[in-house]
Amino acid sequence: MSESHTVDFKSYQRRCLYVFIAVLCTTSLMICASYLPHYSWAVKVTLILAVACVNAFLVAGFLMHLLSEKKMIYTLLAFTVFFFAGLMGLTIYAMHDMPAGTSFH
Amino acid sequence: MEIPYVIQPRPDTGIYNAKVGIWLFLASEVMLFGALFSAYVLLRVGAEPGTWPHGWQNLTLGTINTLVLALSAITTLLAWVACKTRQFAKFKFFHGCTLLLALTFLCIKSEEYREHLTHYEIQLTDGRIAEGDLRENNPREDYVVMNGRYVADEKDLYDLRAQKNLQPEEIRIPRAQIKEMENYGPWHNTYLALYFTLTGLHALHVLGGSIVIGYLWGPGRRLWKTDPEHFTNRVEVSGLFWHFVDLVWIFLFPVLYLM
Amino acid sequence: MQEMTVHTFPSYHEHEEAHAHAGHHDPGFWRGYVFSTDHKVIGIQYGFTALCFLLFGFFLMLLMRWQIAHPGAPVPFIGPLLEKVLGPTMAGHGAISPDLYNSFGAMHGTIMIFLAVVPLAFAAFGNYVVPLMIGAPDMAFPRVNMASYQAYVLGGIVMLVSFFIPGGAAQAGWTSYSPLATSIPTHGQAFWLIGMVLLITSSLLGAVNFIATIIQLRAPGMTWMRLPFFVWAQFVTAFLLLLAFPPLEAAGIMQLMDNLAHTSFFLPTGLAIGGHLAHVSGGGSPLLWQHLFWFLGHPEVYVLILPAMGIVCEILANNTRKPIWGYKSLVYSVLAIGFLSFIVWAHHMYLTGMGTRIATFFQATTMLISIPSVIILTCLLISLWGGSIRFNTPMLFCLAFLPMFGIGGLTGLPLGLAPSDIYLHDTYYVIAHFHYVVAPGTIFALFAGIYYWFPKMTGRKMNEFWGRVHFWGSFLFMNVVFMPMFAQGMEGMLRRMADGGANYSAARVPGVLDTLPNSIMELHTWILWGAMALGLAQIPFIINLFWSIQHGESANSDNPWQSTTLEWQTPTPPPHGNFARPPQIYRGPYEYSVPGHDTDFTPQNEPVVPVTAPKISPAPAVH
Repeated sequence: MSESHTVDFKSYQRRCLYVFIAVLCTTSLMICASYLPHYSWAVKVTLILAVACVNAFLVAGFLMHLLSEKKMIYTLLAFTVFFFAGLMGLTIYAMHDMPAGTSFH
Repeated sequence: MEIPYVIQPRPDTGIYNAKVGIWLFLASEVMLFGALFSAYVLLRVGAEPGTWPHGWQNLTLGTINTLVLALSAITTLLAWVACKTRQFAKFKFFHGCTLLLALTFLCIKSEEYREHLTHYEIQLTDGRIAEGDLRENNPREDYVVMNGRYVADEKDLYDLRAQKNLQPEEIRIPRAQIKEMENYGPWHNTYLALYFTLTGLHALHVLGGSIVIGYLWGPGRRLWKTDPEHFTNRVEVSGLFWHFVDLVWIFLFPVLYLM
Repeated sequence: MQEMTVHTFPSYHEHEEAHAHAGHHDPGFWRGYVFSTDHKVIGIQYGFTALCFLLFGFFLMLLMRWQIAHPGAPVPFIGPLLEKVLGPTMAGHGAISPDLYNSFGAMHGTIMIFLAVVPLAFAAFGNYVVPLMIGAPDMAFPRVNMASYQAYVLGGIVMLVSFFIPGGAAQAGWTSYSPLATSIPTHGQAFWLIGMVLLITSSLLGAVNFIATIIQLRAPGMTWMRLPFFVWAQFVTAFLLLLAFPPLEAAGIMQLMDNLAHTSFFLPTGLAIGGHLAHVSGGGSPLLWQHLFWFLGHPEVYVLILPAMGIVCEILANNTRKPIWGYKSLVYSVLAIGFLSFIVWAHHMYLTGMGTRIATFFQATTMLISIPSVIILTCLLISLWGGSIRFNTPMLFCLAFLPMFGIGGLTGLPLGLAPSDIYLHDTYYVIAHFHYVVAPGTIFALFAGIYYWFPKMTGRKMNEFWGRVHFWGSFLFMNVVFMPMFAQGMEGMLRRMADGGANYSAARVPGVLDTLPNSIMELHTWILWGAMALGLAQIPFIINLFWSIQHGESANSDNPWQSTTLEWQTPTPPPHGNFARPPQIYRGPYEYSVPGHDTDFTPQNEPVVPVTAPKISPAPAVH
């Protein structure tokens, strides 16, 4: 059993409706953000990714029950996120920390 | 001695075995897609300025797919809730919807691939470049017909978003004028290589997930009669995988379609 | 045999299994030995397959050492066979062409690491021993376990088949660097990549299984700090495989796309192949492949060593008849190694033009990770102090492991430090370093494990005399083969040279500065003879292994080594389901020579004797 409380179909249906509406909103937000004039791509990318993270949080938190999950799962995911950040961050830093005047391509 | 905690959770961890297993597997999938996203970031940041494509995707189809997948995530959750509340008819309905939505996603994806693979960049002998959807390419004729436009500079091919009012028209190009002709497959540039690889791997996961859910919805439903709790756990575990597949798309869509 | 279910209500699935494996129902040959889901059978399957690959990888090495010592000379005895099987382009006149040498090099590394040592250390020993050690009836997911073995075999077959395709097997090193890996005109690279995807899949499935099993299926009373160190080592190893392999799988997919779909993930703009501009889109990054490869590559070397350390720990405790010194330090060190191993990888890339800041970062983490490694070695060494040492064959291998791993580990330090690595990178010094860690390091521990757990698997002991012959021969000739390579590397001899450095030798270019002197080139002959003698020393082992299964001296006991850990408290060999009912654990794993006790060992599941004047103090419940 993964839920310690009794499962109620109606309350789940309501929760799902809210999540779906939220996803509709976030998706529209992202699309609009990508069309904003007068902003650099750096700003737009940050904005879009932030909204995507909100979207991901909704799916992971509510649909995957991550918010009510046990500590062990959180620990596992925390390590995973750390290593993923290390992979992405260190690789990109490594390819930009070049001697002055050189580039990696 | 039988394997314990297949259905009942282990007291000190509070979880049953398969759930530990699926979260471990999802952690490895985070690293898999994470590496591909890292590759995307690296190759994009390292690209020559002005050569990274924007607006090359069909935004309508992409948005539909996003909503299709989000809806399927919800039907997946409701299918599990139905099992938990022992309403098997509802389970059949909701996971039936999930499977239909998955099929829709894959069909739309195939259409997107087809659109890319029939879209050509033709370099002409006079230095111009023609870009558009290939309509006719009959080997017996000495011309090709495409629905597209001419550009003078290669740089104009990349940022379709910045260029307003692009009106494609029917162009007929004699073969004698063609220097080189390549379609928008993964070989065309690194953006498309990343697009096809990322979405292709994702689509394989959609397919794999559909097969597992299809099995549970079809022949696997025998287990419901003898051990409904065990069956419910399988539905939950496969549902977690499906939600992860949706999570990946949540990042794929903005990265490939909106940036 | 009584079979009791632990959970309260039966299931169709579990009933079926119980029925299929109750004493009266024989699963038959195919379900019993080929398509088995029993962890012990799968462990033995992994073990034998891995040993076969180990032998094959050894032969590849012998062929390479011949070529290095006698460049261009036909290989004695098997030269004609090589030419017949591989064709006149690759093996004309029975001599090893440079391309063939490169493919032997690439495949020797790949096979030894991914098809021999890791499957043996992690999958074979882990599968057989870990469930028994924690008191579990099997792995958490038996069918996933079977699938993982099958993926491994498939991957191995793909790798072997690649030798026979036109163009030959992969030739770009076990590291498969782009753009070379995409430029070589053979599909061998694609075969290599497909084989790697299969092997990675196998490892991932195995890793999930190990972690879930260790978390969920520990017997009552088996708390985390009562686990034998071998289980901790396998636990951390499984995490390394779980999280470090996927980026290589992603990179492998991308390189496969480069090879087959002509993408340019790793191919830079302006790439020229064979003097002509390559017809690719460009825009890729060869460094990206290196980062993604070594992100796995470094944790992979800890995958190679950690299970071996676990095995050595178990055998040392058993044969010194005293508890291991510093159990907690060992546990925290192995966790630290696991964590740090993810952020050291670019010390393999010091020479790629990285900036000083990032190089310093990786140098710092690399130096840091040597600390827990030394702690582990020190704990094992101190464990010998005051011990009542039994010098049986497994113990001899473990004792030799300690200084050999010491040499391997210490010689890694000049490689981890960026300034000295600038000189030593890609020389034979590196080859000597890592072979010391893996060959007289890990492989010695694996030999020890085979001799040690053989009685549990078969009820017989391997022959002690021939075991010692195997040990002394291996110990001596491992050093004859690898010690000279340090000298060769420091003289500047580079890796992967098909002619053994002849083109850079003083004999070929006299009077030029810094050529390889004759003394260094002459070592090639010593190393060749040493390698052949090393091969001969394995023959007693192979014969001993197979002969003892049927004719070895009977162990006469379920616990012939008088060990405290749980795997020895089962019948021999353990039946399906391992334990009739879940064992109850009362104490830690190394309760040897407890004062006041009758015997010099107390098994973990032996009940605490409640007496007015207790002879033993009950183990405090941890957690």
